[in-house]
Amino acid sequence: MAAHPEAPEGSSSTYPTNPANPSEPPTAGWPGIARDWSSDKDAFKQVPWGKAMMWIFLLSDTFVFTCFLTGYMSVRMTTTAAWPNSSEVFALTIAGQEIPLILIAIMTFVLISSSGTMAMAVNFAYRRDRRKTAVLMLATAAFGLAFVGMQAFEWSKLIAEGVRPWGNPMGAAQFGASFFMITGFHGLHVSIGVLYLSIVALKVLRGDYERSGNYQNVEIAGLYWHFVDLVWVFIFAFFYLW
Amino acid sequence: MAYAEQAEAELLHEPNSFLTKYIWSQDHKVIAIQYSLTAIFVGLIALVLSGLMRMQLGFPGSLAFMDASTYYQAMTMHGMIMVIYLLTALFLGGFGNYLIPLMVGARDMVFPYVNMLSYWFYLLSVIVLLASFFVPGGPTGAGWTLYPPQSITPGSPGTEWGIVLMLVSLAIFIVAATMGGLNYVTTVLQARTHGMTLMRMPLSVWGIFMASILALLAFPALFVSAVMMLFDKLLGTSFFMPAIISLGQQLDHQGGSPILFQHLFWFFGHPEVYIVALPAFGLVSDLISTHARKNIFGYRMMVWAIVAIGVLSFVVWAHHMYVSGMNPYFGFFFATTTLIIAVPTALKVYNWVLTLWRGDIHLTVPMLFALAFIVTFLVGGLTGLFLGNVIVDIPLSDTYFVVAHFHMVMGVAPILVVFGAIYHWYPKITGRMMNDRLGKLHFWITFLGTYAIYFPMHYLGFLGMPRRYYAYENYDFIPQSAQDLNAFITVAALTVGVSQLLFLFNLFWSAVNGKPAGGNPWGGVSLEWQTPNTPPHHGNWGAKLPVVHRWAYDYSVPGIEQDFVPQTVSDEELEQLRQRASASKVGGPS
Repeated sequence: MAAHPEAPEGSSSTYPTNPANPSEPPTAGWPGIARDWSSDKDAFKQVPWGKAMMWIFLLSDTFVFTCFLTGYMSVRMTTTAAWPNSSEVFALTIAGQEIPLILIAIMTFVLISSSGTMAMAVNFAYRRDRRKTAVLMLATAAFGLAFVGMQAFEWSKLIAEGVRPWGNPMGAAQFGASFFMITGFHGLHVSIGVLYLSIVALKVLRGDYERSGNYQNVEIAGLYWHFVDLVWVFIFAFFYLW
Repeated sequence: MAYAEQAEAELLHEPNSFLTKYIWSQDHKVIAIQYSLTAIFVGLIALVLSGLMRMQLGFPGSLAFMDASTYYQAMTMHGMIMVIYLLTALFLGGFGNYLIPLMVGARDMVFPYVNMLSYWFYLLSVIVLLASFFVPGGPTGAGWTLYPPQSITPGSPGTEWGIVLMLVSLAIFIVAATMGGLNYVTTVLQARTHGMTLMRMPLSVWGIFMASILALLAFPALFVSAVMMLFDKLLGTSFFMPAIISLGQQLDHQGGSPILFQHLFWFFGHPEVYIVALPAFGLVSDLISTHARKNIFGYRMMVWAIVAIGVLSFVVWAHHMYVSGMNPYFGFFFATTTLIIAVPTALKVYNWVLTLWRGDIHLTVPMLFALAFIVTFLVGGLTGLFLGNVIVDIPLSDTYFVVAHFHMVMGVAPILVVFGAIYHWYPKITGRMMNDRLGKLHFWITFLGTYAIYFPMHYLGFLGMPRRYYAYENYDFIPQSAQDLNAFITVAALTVGVSQLLFLFNLFWSAVNGKPAGGNPWGGVSLEWQTPNTPPHHGNWGAKLPVVHRWAYDYSVPGIEQDFVPQTVSDEELEQLRQRASASKVGGPS
């Protein structure tokens, strides 16, 4: 990765702020880290622009979800009505047995599995195995689609039971409001991710990255996907288990 | 490798048609101008709104259409437009876009297409915002802080459609600011030219860089609160709505937390102050150094002060909520962190003054604005010390003292930098100088006029005159003399408002008729003054990228003929300049 291929080779610059002292700059420990960070051209060596930008975007998106979850916890404390018992609300009756959180457990399993296939896809991408990369990415997208499908089932079941954003028969109105808002926003992220992964997978199949000799876009898509997965873990812990 | 080379080749492919060159442009310079002109346009609307408000306050009843609702709508739109759609957009989208690639030696932003989208989303948000003037009920009149429950319950003006359009517009603006901010941060981190280390970047870049990080981390809180309030308004949820009786009716809401909105809003709102202030700090540092022909005093301290202010700005937000009914221990914590911010900010003021000390000060128009910024920021900062302390804040809260404080510190001070920076970089953007005489006239009216507006407001605040009131006639605790002062303020405000026409005229007239400027009229050392063409062409640097050998503040270097050494001059070249100067001194006729 050379951001500026036309920059002269080998004309080394000394440590910036003390041009009077041309002695070799330190390379180990904290001084070395500070030197690498503040050196010229790029702060993160060998990190392409797109990857850096995705990391920064994910940091920003982290704040979005943190605010959503903080808001949910805050209204859960301020509401005067009782909070519904989530393991009862999210239970399914299978073969006469009421199993708490079974659907959510399956959804979580599916989404975490999809992170596994995504990681394998990145691995095969760097081995330049076009077919396996694309197949694994499409598998990841299919897992994502399955997740969204199960979420649609969960939503319609709750709506049939009378849960609305403005109220529900089980207790505090904020339960439905937070549920639809947070899982909706996360589901939107998953849906966008499914589209994004499919597009990148098709580009892999078509050989776009073969020509440019660069498979970083697979890894960048993977970063986004793992993030969406990680966010789900927090939603699972704070909304469903609590 | 191949990837980067391909990107490079694409960048150099210059657009030829009018449409791709000036409208759907991906060039950071064109996007910067689009951003700036749009921001100045909405800013003018907000300026007119403030004039209408001042007419009502100075001469009550003089405007036939001005009733309490209209007044609140004007006040709300004035505040929101000035803070978000003018200052944030102008500093990040305008100056950030124009200066970052030029100052760090890049050909463009790292993702020009995303950069272009950022502008079009910004324009869309502006259109949605302005549309609220034309919907039934008019724009929202909830105050720019939009506190629920009053912002969405019947009784406040604009609760039908105005508030919805406002929240949607904010959400679109946040998408635009995110796309822009990602570009600015990534460009600064990853796309600097050879030799441009972080500690050689001009302070302008540092200020805009840090402000972009703040924007990326603070706007999410506003986005989330906008989404929640839209749900409360449109779906009937109760995130921010407690059980209340409004106009004799029990509303369907219950159990929400109005204070949650205040926390989310100010978690965005306080960093927002520094999103506006940090770019101003950076730009003014470069203005002062260039026009005082002296290196900036304590460059490293200035950088660390910017970083420290940025970090601290995330842990002070509740000082806007001392009277909201928080736990008193919160007030203790937030007063402490607030006063700690005074350390790095005071350090910056000292360093600006010490940069001036024994400098070769040229009282050019940009320099006048920069000097005016220092004193204005100092005045606004000192009143901040009053308001940062809980016990002093409580009697002063919601009085005109607060209005005076925040207008001085984040209204007038950054706007003075905007003017100074436009006069300073205009020659690079258009290739022509702005008219000096008109500029000086504009400066003196603006500078003295703003003091005539805001100094009396401190006094009105001490008298206990509350802010956000539509009429002050029937309150026994406000003496009659306050009305005379209000009339005086209105006259000053209208004068300053009208005088901005001088600036606008100068801005457009000089683009055609200004004196040709040449590439480096101020003798600047940073990279944007070293471009091969003025205004810079697409790709900025011609065939070869510049190589940087020194920091951005080598002014008045002894032993050479010119009093500045551009960042592109190597040590060997500097030695040759020294020898040439001493040779001409020996051989010269002196």
